[in-house]
Amino acid sequence: MERQVQRLRQAFRSGRSRPLRFRQQQLEGLCRMVQEREKDIVEALAADLSKSALNAYSHEIISILGEIDFMLRNLSDLASAKPAKKNLLTMMDEVYVQPEPLGVVLIIGAWNYPFVLTMQPLVGAIAAGNAVIVKPSELSENTAKLLAKLLPQYVDQDLYAVINGGVEETTELLKQRFDHILYTGNTAVGKIVMEAAAKHLTPVTLELGGKSPCYIDKDCDLDVACRRITWGKYMNCGQTCIAPDYVLCEASLQDQIVQKIKETVKDFYGENIKASPDYERIINLRHFKRIHSLLEGQKIAFGGETDEATCYIEEIFGPILPIVPVKNVDEAINFINDREKPLALYVFSRNNKLIKRMIDETSSGGVTGNDVIMHFTVNSLPFGGVGSSGMGAYHGKYSFDTFSHQRPCLLKSLKGESVNKLRYPPNSQSKVSWAKFFLLKQFKKEKLQLLLLMFVGVVTAVVVKVNQSSVVVTKAKWPRKPKLLQEFADFWSKSLKL
Amino acid sequence: MSATGTVSEPSLGMDSFDSFEDTLRRLREAFKAGQTRPVEFRVAQLQGLGHFLGANKQLLQDALAEDLGKSPFESDISEIILCQNEVDLAIKSLQTWMKDEPVATNLLTKLSSAFIRKEPFGLVIIIAPWNYPLNLMIMPLVGAIAAGNCVLLKPSEISKNTEKLAELLPQYLDQSCFAVVLGGPEETGQLLEHKFDYIFFTGSPRVGKIVMAAAAKHLTPITLELGGKNPCYVDDSCDPQTVANRVAWFRYFNAGQTCVAPDYILCSQEMQERLLPALQSAILRFYGDDPKTSPNLGRIINQKHFKRLQGLLGCGRVAIGGQSEESERYIAPTVLVDVQETDPVMQEEIFGPILPLLTVKNLEEAIDFINRREKPLALYAFSNNSRVNQVLDCTSSGGFGGNDGFLYLTLSAMPLGGI
Repeated sequence: MERQVQRLRQAFRSGRSRPLRFRQQQLEGLCRMVQEREKDIVEALAADLSKSALNAYSHEIISILGEIDFMLRNLSDLASAKPAKKNLLTMMDEVYVQPEPLGVVLIIGAWNYPFVLTMQPLVGAIAAGNAVIVKPSELSENTAKLLAKLLPQYVDQDLYAVINGGVEETTELLKQRFDHILYTGNTAVGKIVMEAAAKHLTPVTLELGGKSPCYIDKDCDLDVACRRITWGKYMNCGQTCIAPDYVLCEASLQDQIVQKIKETVKDFYGENIKASPDYERIINLRHFKRIHSLLEGQKIAFGGETDEATCYIEEIFGPILPIVPVKNVDEAINFINDREKPLALYVFSRNNKLIKRMIDETSSGGVTGNDVIMHFTVNSLPFGGVGSSGMGAYHGKYSFDTFSHQRPCLLKSLKGESVNKLRYPPNSQSKVSWAKFFLLKQFKKEKLQLLLLMFVGVVTAVVVKVNQSSVVVTKAKWPRKPKLLQEFADFWSKSLKL
Repeated sequence: MSATGTVSEPSLGMDSFDSFEDTLRRLREAFKAGQTRPVEFRVAQLQGLGHFLGANKQLLQDALAEDLGKSPFESDISEIILCQNEVDLAIKSLQTWMKDEPVATNLLTKLSSAFIRKEPFGLVIIIAPWNYPLNLMIMPLVGAIAAGNCVLLKPSEISKNTEKLAELLPQYLDQSCFAVVLGGPEETGQLLEHKFDYIFFTGSPRVGKIVMAAAAKHLTPITLELGGKNPCYVDDSCDPQTVANRVAWFRYFNAGQTCVAPDYILCSQEMQERLLPALQSAILRFYGDDPKTSPNLGRIINQKHFKRLQGLLGCGRVAIGGQSEESERYIAPTVLVDVQETDPVMQEEIFGPILPLLTVKNLEEAIDFINRREKPLALYAFSNNSRVNQVLDCTSSGGFGGNDGFLYLTLSAMPLGGI
């Protein structure tokens, strides 16, 4: 494994992944892969999660295509140097922040959306100019195998590689040195990843999970709310990191909500949910058993039927939606704040003030108001967690930035050395006043100020060399003294001691 | 700005590690109650910081002189003024920084409003180093306060005199939201066992790893400002005196104890021969015949580092300087030549007034040399032609200075960080 990482590092060092044209070609290769092999991808997802072709396309494939399209359209803009505001001292210099690739990036995927959660970060890492190792989750076996087979056929094999394996292989992989690690998964393993990263001081982006609360206000269209929540909750059989995990509402609403969700589930999946092609399955037996045990001792309002043979579960995390009654919004807010910060927060209400209040008084990775999940689809919004739901973010520009180093650059010329005498020892108090002036004033590009600067530059050089009388004469020539010039006058009288 | 503390607080708002748990709890509760959120509160705290700097300027200069032999000039331009500037900038820009950032929506979400909300993390701990003990404590503090967090400050115990002044800080801030904690490595280790919502650490890579490992246990996001050996490439096309002036100034500032100082020079043999007299001339001009008596040259922070640096003086050959005086922790502005890559002076960040010159055949060899080593915090290249850009394109570093030293730090519009 060390050899593989070394190989990628050498390839990165050669500089091949940097030119924009190369990055574009790789991204186009990825795009072709998704389009040409759609059938294979959909089959793998069906095998792993019983995902229907339609769901696979709308949940996973569309996001990738959107992300690739974004990168291709914006690559030159994202990768270009961004000029920064100068101060007086650096007025004539080039001042900018240059985005650069980090080096070799490790992306560890998850099993619930095995395709998009490895590919979307990959798109960002490639766009930023890095070499990448992808480690898909071994739980979604078919997708993992497929990625290992397909990727080398469509992108540069020396710069991008897929490594498959279980806990042992991943642990070995984490011993190697990377320049960034993006991990999607659970909190416990997130800590292990960060600890391993600490040994090499590798920055990390951790997309973890949490219990995303969903508050339903009494002033809202319950039909619409329940429909949207049902959609978000039961998609992928509840195995979505940003699914509404539990509902908070006033007790009086509880029965209505249950009724409406029941109706919506029937609308979506039919009377016999198990037979619906749109309803997925739990990833494996271990999770099935875990979720099944959550049902024990709970008051089931509806659902609860399970079939171990096919890992079919209705309404449990996954597809279990607990409804927790609260007295009012204050109690809801306290309930949420007493717990770990979630990856997402949902609020349903016609009252915008209430929504704003919930946002103001709680914290979460992201928020969708009056809907669920959707903030994930807006790639101008950074997607990530906070607290135990994660750190860092990606999607769109944020992917590019996550996988780049923003390098500040100040390029001066070797001329103009006389101005530098200000800073060289032996020091004096007057030099401090000068330094204060030069360092602290920021400039907009206005002709008058530029002229003033040139004037100052010339006079400074002169003042350092000539005697007092000339300075006094120059000063007397000024017709009036705006504030800026007044400061000059003050400095000059002090500078006589220079 | 006077502090408002509860009755059980020690009068200086400074806590020993016994009541440490109480301090953390107090700060967390204040944050949970939403005290630090309103913009008026944040501005008031920032103004309090400004008062601290203004009211104690002389004391701060004295403390920095005691700790590091810093001249008032150095203290002003590298610490006090920069901090004041940061405070002013934050006060001026706070409303803008706090604003929700609207973003583009896609077709599916066209009828919705999409925006990014800036939120405080919660309880932030800032661990400061000893070399710019005021700057590297106050600058991150400004950011943390502006963002609406509660902050626990851990100033460096090595810069003792500045540490004492840091204890005054809570008097200028709301003590229910801000506190200072004192202690050494052991206490800091205990501190980091607790959960914070953000850790800001400035110091050595070795301790950086320890901090990150501790942060991993709580999944705490961190910013690590570490160090490295910052290379300085000098092209043949330069005027040696200009280069020497600039490099010498940045190297010997704060007696070399600057994380972004040029650590070593890479140049051709011919350039080395021209640089040496130019460096000699610059040192003479800056610090006089006997640099030990110059008020403009700082001192090494403590015995441990003094001895470490004294040891490095034996590497290669001393071309300029080389004197040292234990009682004063004084090391002369020194230039070493005939240094091998394997010498101790090239194995660790020097962090002292010693400048090794290494010769390379050409630009390619220099770039290769730089890329073989760990990515530095800063990289410098001096050239009269586009070579500077070549170095920039082929290397990686935290920041980059072309034809000058770490002046880019003074530009608050540019990010300061490592890689």
